Amino acid sequence: MKNISKEKMKSYRNWFFVYILIAVLVAFCLLPIVYMINTAFKPLYELYIFPPEFFVKNPTLQNFSDLLLAVSSTSVSYLRYIFNSLVVSCITVFVTATISSMGGYAVVKLKPPGGKVFFKIVIAALMFPAQVTTIPRYLIIVNLGLVNNYLALILPVASSAYYFFLMKQFIDQFPDTLIEAARIDGCGEFKTFLKIVMPSLAPAWATLMVFSFVASWNDYFSALIYINDDVMKTLPLAINTISGSGFGRAGAVSASAMIMTLPIVIVFIFSQRKIMQTMVYSGIKG
Amino acid sequence: MSKNPKKTILTRQQIIGYIMLSPFAVCFIMFTVLPVLTAVWLSFTEYNMIQPAEFIGLNNYKLLLLGDRIFITALKNTLVFAVIVGPIGYFLSFFAAWVLNQFKFRNILALFLYIPSVTSSVAISAVWSYIFSGDRYGFINNTLIEMGIIDEPILWVSDPQYIMTVVIIISLWMSMGNGFLVFLAGLQNCDKSLYEAGAIDGVKSRWQELKYLTLPQMKPQLLYGAITTISGSFGVFDVPVALAGLPSPNYSAHTVVAHLYDYAFQRFQMGYAASVATVLFVITYFVGSIVMKSLSENDKDGKKQRRRVLQ
Repeated sequence: MKNISKEKMKSYRNWFFVYILIAVLVAFCLLPIVYMINTAFKPLYELYIFPPEFFVKNPTLQNFSDLLLAVSSTSVSYLRYIFNSLVVSCITVFVTATISSMGGYAVVKLKPPGGKVFFKIVIAALMFPAQVTTIPRYLIIVNLGLVNNYLALILPVASSAYYFFLMKQFIDQFPDTLIEAARIDGCGEFKTFLKIVMPSLAPAWATLMVFSFVASWNDYFSALIYINDDVMKTLPLAINTISGSGFGRAGAVSASAMIMTLPIVIVFIFSQRKIMQTMVYSGIKG
Repeated sequence: MSKNPKKTILTRQQIIGYIMLSPFAVCFIMFTVLPVLTAVWLSFTEYNMIQPAEFIGLNNYKLLLLGDRIFITALKNTLVFAVIVGPIGYFLSFFAAWVLNQFKFRNILALFLYIPSVTSSVAISAVWSYIFSGDRYGFINNTLIEMGIIDEPILWVSDPQYIMTVVIIISLWMSMGNGFLVFLAGLQNCDKSLYEAGAIDGVKSRWQELKYLTLPQMKPQLLYGAITTISGSFGVFDVPVALAGLPSPNYSAHTVVAHLYDYAFQRFQMGYAASVATVLFVITYFVGSIVMKSLSENDKDGKKQRRRVLQ
């Protein structure tokens, strides 16, 4: 009996150490976010207080109204950037969910010859960063006349190997018997897909939607290359026009960062459970 | 078993299969497969987008690997970054997921750890640059001075000595992303009956449980996390550029992708930039293949174990 209690004490001590580590980790993750939120609500004079204060004393919406109402030096309103980002991200989400679920279903359940090889190429494409393809992609976009066009930001991101892979792994779990039953009942292939398979893939699209929204919403590299017209710029590029040296801009930058993060966090909270369901199947089987 | 009717159904199915696959396949081939092949071809040419590409053999690679000191700096920075942020981010994600999985409030804690990874890297780097500001107003400097650790404020984001450290800290902060979610989901779905069987067979501590029962079941998720971490960390661009600019002071935060961007879109030397892309492709593909092989070989044991339990 004594031995057991000693061992238990030891394991409690170990776990106490683990809890401390997790607490430190959570603090490390949250502190900059808390800093961002506090700074976003600071009035101008509080940004210049010395020594610097972490928390806001007299919160104000000044930074947000400056950001949203003021017109930048290039005479493009911040609201326009929000609009551009929303349009690009929403269409990306829709296109991603549509083409990946159709394609994934085709490869898994309709088994066209060459489908397996195609999926192997998709897996290979997970292994290098998309920036490798930058230059030829740019040449293709130029030749298609898509520079300064929303499509240049949408199509490459929506056809990312990553989403196709997630969808295919999830559809692998869908029982064949249900599809066969539908076929026997005289249901056409497209109808089977739309009426029987799609509804049960809800967790997978929820995940795909959140991930592709985040990727598209935060996509800086594509926008930097394909967009040079101020009117067509998206939010990540707009940050460059807001940020500058000196603490005077800290409020605007934080407010802008907060506007960019908030929608994602809200969407994530609502879809967290579905995302976890999908991610179970997202492993790569060697 | 009559084979003929089955065959005709199959062909119809297959045609529909091709139709359904085609939108993705066309975009994927156009924006990923062809570009990779074209990048490799362009890397053997000189091309400025005005004159037609001219084949120059290995000249780009000779210049890149033997004559371009800035590229070597970029390569070194990228490797240092990938070697530190990749493994630490990966283990941190797994460790956090593993501990959180045993908590009651894991959903809210998971959200807290996940938020940094979904922030816009450009926007949040700007916020971090105020935290790391080089004057006494900077939060880090102010805290360190008050604690008596330093006397003078440190120029975190403009002194070449410190820039990469700050980039690494921010990137680690953002590293608990989709890999972390995959781990958490995988852990929640580990076979519970295995643990009961393990307890009977003499698995004593949770550490042993992790080693003998959890990890073998998690191989597919571990592989997925590793692959995405590798391609993510070798493609680093946003944070160093947003923090230190392009070019960064003394190229101290110059990365391979930054070099690629510089040559392709500021100097329009597309052939040379394509050779940078090809080197990046070869490195990540090589590292990815090694990791994939080593993890999937072990996977066979894991699968066998799982099958045995399921039967």
